[in-house]
Amino acid sequence: MTQVLALAARRRDAARAAASRWLRTLGPGGAVSAAVVVLVLVAALWPTLLAPGDPTAVVPAQAYTPPSPAAVLGTDASGRDVYTRVVHGAGQSLGVGAAATAIGLSLGVVLGFGAALGPRRLDAVLSRVVEVLFALPSLVLALLLVAVLGAGVGPSVVAVGLATAPGYARILRARARAVVQSPYVRAARLEGVSAPVAFVRHVVPNTVWPLIAVATLGVGQAIVWVSALSYLGLGALPPSPEWGAMLNAGRLHITTAWWLTVAPGLAITVTAAALTFLGRRLNAVAPA
Amino acid sequence: MTVLRWLLGRLAAAALVAWVVATVVFFALRAAGGDPSEAILGGPGSQASEEAMARVRAEYALDEPLVVQYLLQLARTVTFQLGDSYARRRPVAELVGDQLGGTFALAALGLLLAWLLALAVATAAVRARGPVARQAVGLLRAGEVVASVTPHFWLGAVLIAVFAGGVGWLPATSSDNSLRSLLLPAITLAVPVAGFLGQVMRDGLEEAHTAPFATTARTRGASEGWVLWRHSLRHAALPAIALSGWAFGSLLSGAVVVETLFGRPGLGRLLVDATHSRDVPLVIGVVLVIALGYVAVMTVADVLERVLDPRLRERVEAVGTPGGEVVA
Repeated sequence: MTQVLALAARRRDAARAAASRWLRTLGPGGAVSAAVVVLVLVAALWPTLLAPGDPTAVVPAQAYTPPSPAAVLGTDASGRDVYTRVVHGAGQSLGVGAAATAIGLSLGVVLGFGAALGPRRLDAVLSRVVEVLFALPSLVLALLLVAVLGAGVGPSVVAVGLATAPGYARILRARARAVVQSPYVRAARLEGVSAPVAFVRHVVPNTVWPLIAVATLGVGQAIVWVSALSYLGLGALPPSPEWGAMLNAGRLHITTAWWLTVAPGLAITVTAAALTFLGRRLNAVAPA
Repeated sequence: MTVLRWLLGRLAAAALVAWVVATVVFFALRAAGGDPSEAILGGPGSQASEEAMARVRAEYALDEPLVVQYLLQLARTVTFQLGDSYARRRPVAELVGDQLGGTFALAALGLLLAWLLALAVATAAVRARGPVARQAVGLLRAGEVVASVTPHFWLGAVLIAVFAGGVGWLPATSSDNSLRSLLLPAITLAVPVAGFLGQVMRDGLEEAHTAPFATTARTRGASEGWVLWRHSLRHAALPAIALSGWAFGSLLSGAVVVETLFGRPGLGRLLVDATHSRDVPLVIGVVLVIALGYVAVMTVADVLERVLDPRLRERVEAVGTPGGEVVA
């Protein structure tokens, strides 16, 4: 019995120590950001936990109600509760941001590793192309792709993903080159470890951490860009509670019904800022 | 000689931009599936007439082998033969030319405001003394990050609600280039960029202000203000100037949203409208002009950097666009 209790106490102490270590690593700003990200994740995964109402329930009689105790963030043109819609929109907004980042990251990884590890001529070509793509503002590149692929959630996610790939490719190339030329990889190669094995065992683990930090930053930016496309009417469309689409719906009522714009806009800004802070903290504490 | 090489490098960069735009469009058109001539004329929903599609097929040589099509499109893009906008039935070059001035005025004012804002923030942060002021600087840092991720479409809407709807000082829509109507859109553009520039400038200024040369100047009796103005600022400005080329690109990106928001005619609005009607020739034209404008601004930033930093004058790089280490 006492042994069990002692074990439990030790576990608890270990958990506490780990938690406080994490808190120290994150710093106060990082801790607040992490809390915000967790809150947004909860909203994305279990929206009914935070807002039990129906985000699509139309009550025409209560259209354009300003914020009040009954509807904290007011109601929209069809009398739908704005707070409920913002909470239910988290899933889609976070999802599109993550999907776009995943697309950009995978393409960036292929391009970056290709440039860093491939023959020198390939590196020269890829680096030039990446540089030029980097020169095109992401939103402009995304619009170019949407014009050809057509509007909609899918194309806008793909477009933002492709538009962010050059940034990841640049970072990965620089990192992978540094790792490949590092003493430990050279030592492994001299010991007779084959190139593919050295790549999997040494290069990948040592380039992944900075990528995670960068991707955390990237999800925030991707959310802003995908919602920009929705705002322009080229992504998710108004009945959807996606934040950009909500902003699009409130666009023409900005001077009369400001809450339609303020609520989803704040959600985007706060989420993007929290992800950015968190990404920077992760970057700062990254093992070199 | 080196100057000539450098100029050639810049030209090569511009040609490369045209090549990338042409290639991206070419492959995206084929990847979209269906008939490319229909895609060029506005996609499946546009119900383009048979003869219009036949004209496009001839113009883009769509009956030729793919390699020939690609080379032809490349040649057209690089030589600026942008063709006609199918939706507006006017030459693309003319449409783009009409909108150039308004967007340039907006972006230039935005960049100027961003610089002033970032400079004010950075100098205030460096001159802050005492615990309360240091706390305020901590908040300022957080503010910079928040500003840099604030979406234009939201910031602009809030500004409209406050300054046009609330107190009514400035117009909510702007169509001319007067300062009064440019101010709100320019502020909207400037704030996120100022967030980025402010971070870079403050870091540079803090570093320079504690550097040995600054201490030397102080021991010679120079005032804090003089040290800041004469010595530190130059160092802090360099990375910010290098980033200004990138910032200008971000301003053009922002112009897309801001011009739509404020109902202002311009390149960005033209791009959005063309994207809506899937007017591919017009989209290509606008994107090309924006990208080339970016290359031009990068070149100017490069020259400015060399003027301000004697260390750079000796070695002239052949090709390349220096970019800030900004996640984009």
